[in-house]
Amino acid sequence: MEILSVFLTPENIQYMLKGALMSVVVAVCSLFFGTILGVLGAAAKMSRNKFIKMLGGVYVQIIRGTPMMLQILFFYLGGPVIWKFLFGRVFTPNPFVVGIIAISINSGAYSTELIRSAIQSIDKGQWEASKALGLTYKQMMKLVILPQSFKRILPPFISEFITLIKDSSLLSSIGAVELLTSAKVLGANYYNYIVPLCMASVVYLVMTMTISYFANKLERRLAESD
Amino acid sequence: MTNEIIKVDGVTKIFKHVKAVDNVSLSIKKGDIVSIIGPSGSGKSTLIRCINGLEIPDSGEIYIDGEKVDFGNDKNLEQMRLKIGFVFQHFNLFPHLTVLENLTLAPINVLGKSEEDAKALAETLLNRVGLLDKKDSYPAQLSGGQKQRVAIARCLCMQPEVFLFDEPTSALDPEMIGEVLDVMQELASEGTTMIIVTHEMGFAKKVSSRVVFMDKGEIVEQGSATDIFDHPQSARLQEFLSKVLRS
Ligand SMILES: Nc1ncnc2c1ncn2[C@@H]1O[C@H](COP(=O)(O)OP(=O)(O)OP(=O)(O)O)[C@@H](O)[C@H]1O
Ligand SMILES: [Mg+2]
Repeated sequence: MEILSVFLTPENIQYMLKGALMSVVVAVCSLFFGTILGVLGAAAKMSRNKFIKMLGGVYVQIIRGTPMMLQILFFYLGGPVIWKFLFGRVFTPNPFVVGIIAISINSGAYSTELIRSAIQSIDKGQWEASKALGLTYKQMMKLVILPQSFKRILPPFISEFITLIKDSSLLSSIGAVELLTSAKVLGANYYNYIVPLCMASVVYLVMTMTISYFANKLERRLAESD
Repeated sequence: MTNEIIKVDGVTKIFKHVKAVDNVSLSIKKGDIVSIIGPSGSGKSTLIRCINGLEIPDSGEIYIDGEKVDFGNDKNLEQMRLKIGFVFQHFNLFPHLTVLENLTLAPINVLGKSEEDAKALAETLLNRVGLLDKKDSYPAQLSGGQKQRVAIARCLCMQPEVFLFDEPTSALDPEMIGEVLDVMQELASEGTTMIIVTHEMGFAKKVSSRVVFMDKGEIVEQGSATDIFDHPQSARLQEFLSKVLRS
């Protein structure tokens, strides 16, 4: 108990919550940009144009077939080199900015598949009925297919959000001070890692369980109108 | 011009190895009520799906109201579909919309009607199929028979010139078939042009001005209901009738 009170000073708690906030910021931004990429990716993968369709497929394949840690390091360590090659100037990357870019691109590949499979899971009778009524492809998408897909996309998107909260911890390896890094820093200060890591776990759990709680509520609400 | 509303001219549709429709020609005049009968897999659905472009024929032509359908042209297909109402075996109502919204979606977005006009027409037609009290329900809250009546009303809202029915009662519980046939019977008595793919031989006999018998992708025999049901000529039709009428 004594050891707990050593850690639980207002400064330490504040430091850790600041880290937690950064984790949430990374997750929210990545979910946002990843969703945009996912919409584009899904549109590409369902395109009638073979080349665009192939681009979508290659994107998903590369991102889902390589480790996320590698992708983050690639942008953090490789990004400046490419930048220098292209623009001839040196710059020091901000780990948060690079991290959000890398995680967004990663999340976008998973969102691409979520969105595509939700759209394609809509019964083919829905497409046929819309066609038979004379709707154009755009109207079909906007009025019939997407509203129905949305309900199916929502639950996996919420799990994606939870995954992103946890994956943001990978940024501790490039020096971004998010929740996991803040625990490591505290651990180093006190030569005791167990307590701060447990504290970080509690904060992660509070965040992920809160999201799950609201997700369940929302899902039940949506199921009612079925 | 004649009053020929649909002309199918030498249409063939092949799926992989199956000739689903094999060089079929058919002429439908305004006011005709044509039933298409035949064994399972004989190409009945494929034929009427070609007529409104849900399937694209591999060869042959289709004319709607004297105009040749250009299957490669989406705009042309959309225009042509406005003249055709299609009723599906599995209703295909939009589950995320209320009954009324199901009926007004296409009139508002495709025909450009105002919301009030579309609603007023939808309510009149719902009343006709006896479901005005269900206008704010969702499809999931309806019985199969009610769903199919809504689907018919949804087509009526587009005021098409001809109706295609693909086994409209095959997915229904027996006690609900009657209510859907009654609605169709009423359409028929008003002079609506209809093509009906059906296994309801009694109904086909009662309402049809012409009956078409298909087998293995071909039209084997066609004629008046009496010709087909009471004086079948071909061995294939005789065999088919003896099978379905016995069961
Ligand atoms: N989308 C498809 N892909 C491959 N084969 C198909 C497809 N649609 C139909 N067929 C085949 O074409 C043939 C004709 O099918 P169709 O559905 O037109 O018959 P039908 O007369 O409507 O039969 P049923 O009374 O069972 O509805 C069948 O052999 C069927 O298996
Ligand atoms: Mg069929």
